[in-house]
Amino acid sequence: MSILLIEEVGPATSVQDFGRYGALRYGLGTTGAMDRVGLAYANALVGQDWHAPLIELGPLPIKIKAKEGTIRLAVSGAMRGISLRGQAVAMNESFCLAEGESVMIRAARGGVFSYLAIEGGIVGTPTFGSFSVHRRAGLGSPFARPLEGGDQLEVGHASVMEGERRLPAPALPDGPIRCVLGPQDDFFTAETIAQFQATPWTISATSDRMGYRLEGPPLAHARTANIVSDGIANGTVQIPGTGQPLLLLAERGTTGGYPKIATVITADLGRAAQTPVGGVIRFQAIPIDEAQALAREQARMIAALPQRVEQLGGGSLSSEALLAGNLAGHATNALDPALT
Amino acid sequence: MSSSAALRILPCGDAALTVEFGDTVDPHLNALVLGLDDALKAHDVAGLQETIPTYRSLFVTYDPVVTDFNSISGLLRELAQQAGPKPKSPRRWRVPVVYGEDFGIDLEEVAKGKGLTADEVVRRHCAGDYRVYMLGFMPGFAYLGGLDQTIATSRRDEPRLVTPAGAVMIGGVQAGIQCIEAPSGWHILGRTPMRSYHPTRAQMFLIEPGDALSFYAMPRSDWAMMEEAAEAGEWIAELVITDEVAA
Repeated sequence: MSILLIEEVGPATSVQDFGRYGALRYGLGTTGAMDRVGLAYANALVGQDWHAPLIELGPLPIKIKAKEGTIRLAVSGAMRGISLRGQAVAMNESFCLAEGESVMIRAARGGVFSYLAIEGGIVGTPTFGSFSVHRRAGLGSPFARPLEGGDQLEVGHASVMEGERRLPAPALPDGPIRCVLGPQDDFFTAETIAQFQATPWTISATSDRMGYRLEGPPLAHARTANIVSDGIANGTVQIPGTGQPLLLLAERGTTGGYPKIATVITADLGRAAQTPVGGVIRFQAIPIDEAQALAREQARMIAALPQRVEQLGGGSLSSEALLAGNLAGHATNALDPALT
Repeated sequence: MSSSAALRILPCGDAALTVEFGDTVDPHLNALVLGLDDALKAHDVAGLQETIPTYRSLFVTYDPVVTDFNSISGLLRELAQQAGPKPKSPRRWRVPVVYGEDFGIDLEEVAKGKGLTADEVVRRHCAGDYRVYMLGFMPGFAYLGGLDQTIATSRRDEPRLVTPAGAVMIGGVQAGIQCIEAPSGWHILGRTPMRSYHPTRAQMFLIEPGDALSFYAMPRSDWAMMEEAAEAGEWIAELVITDEVAA
């Protein structure tokens, strides 16, 4: 085993995986990675299961050090500048941190969360099968809280893979965030549902892993703003009394008492979560069978990632990084049809 | 009441749905919800992941890779019609509460609003025979029905950003026990050292939906000792199994 030292870290950076299943009925939410495609990409690069625990990086910079042993890492998700030994390292490409070396991963650009995966994984103890940090519930492993400067994580040693790998970045659609209407769309008039889809919603600064507050012209309730509390799915858009939508995400409460106009489709959840504060989201309602076809397509894409990982040749890391940066553009275009 | 006309199955995105038996707080509707929940435990429904029994609906998560909305809705509708209401639970919790002052910061105001003394509000709160309708929002939060309507008080206009762990609260016609610190617009009458959720206790969750529950006042001088015991993993609340209820 090796030891990874968190030297500097911003807020909202925590160990996450696919999420915690089994206690929803007791009010314990699933949490898990905000962007599962980012989770899957980073893990595939270091040979981990796609749903394995890794470090979800909040929008601010992080500096980490291989305190003991050589550690192989990869970063996917929101774009960032990465520097190692004074050289740039490409996103979506594995790299090794020799004992005593530090890597600086700068602030996210045009997204929110990036995913730092580690070959051999993170050592910890799962609760209901998951390491995911749930801050309010006091759960998560190896720390039941977001990471702080000075934290040390026991991780796998870079020993299994021969050489480095890369995976061309996912090509994501940039259209509206698709959703399925309901379960309480009958609490709104057809005009309000049209307004919900026509409005460019701005992500408020008071957003976090529980949910994003959306700012725009308020939506009117046709009947009441209160319902008898019921269950809340990941990606639910709840309309409280103020008429300002709340997009409820990974660390949401499991039940709530405001009408829910729509729910973001599984395939677009990561894309919605990657919209930064001040960024704009538009919604488009689609039929549920279409949403489920897209969910299946995304699951197939994620399952096929290990086969798409490419081996990098010999040579220095920095020249490989440049080369990968150039090639990635072509490869991404070629793969577009498979991803949309 | 469990006729197919009353039953609605509504999508909650592409990986969850809600089976709605009605839209009111009603023990019979809740018994139907729990009846379907039990039926799902006994049947192997392809793609079914988890359920949340709520006041009047069963929230169901499922894997859209394995099944689809129409297939799973059909199965759930059939099972809902066969299942019927779950019989009354033989489990009853007796939960100690330190009422008033800094433990129940809203007790005086609730009493004043009703023209009652604080002691009378406590008496009526303790006299209630509560049903646990659901657990939700945050781990271990118990939503209770059965509040004496003479002390029912509508929610605060301005929710508090932080309310303490163990807060024993009322909000509108509902009562509740909060387990972990969270924001809330409910009125806090007291606090219990019981933790219905404790992440490192052998039994992580204590209370089940459908359980009966009652409160009794405990002296505040015992608080520190009881809280320490709860932290160490003791249940604190007493679980009574009554055999009076058969089918």
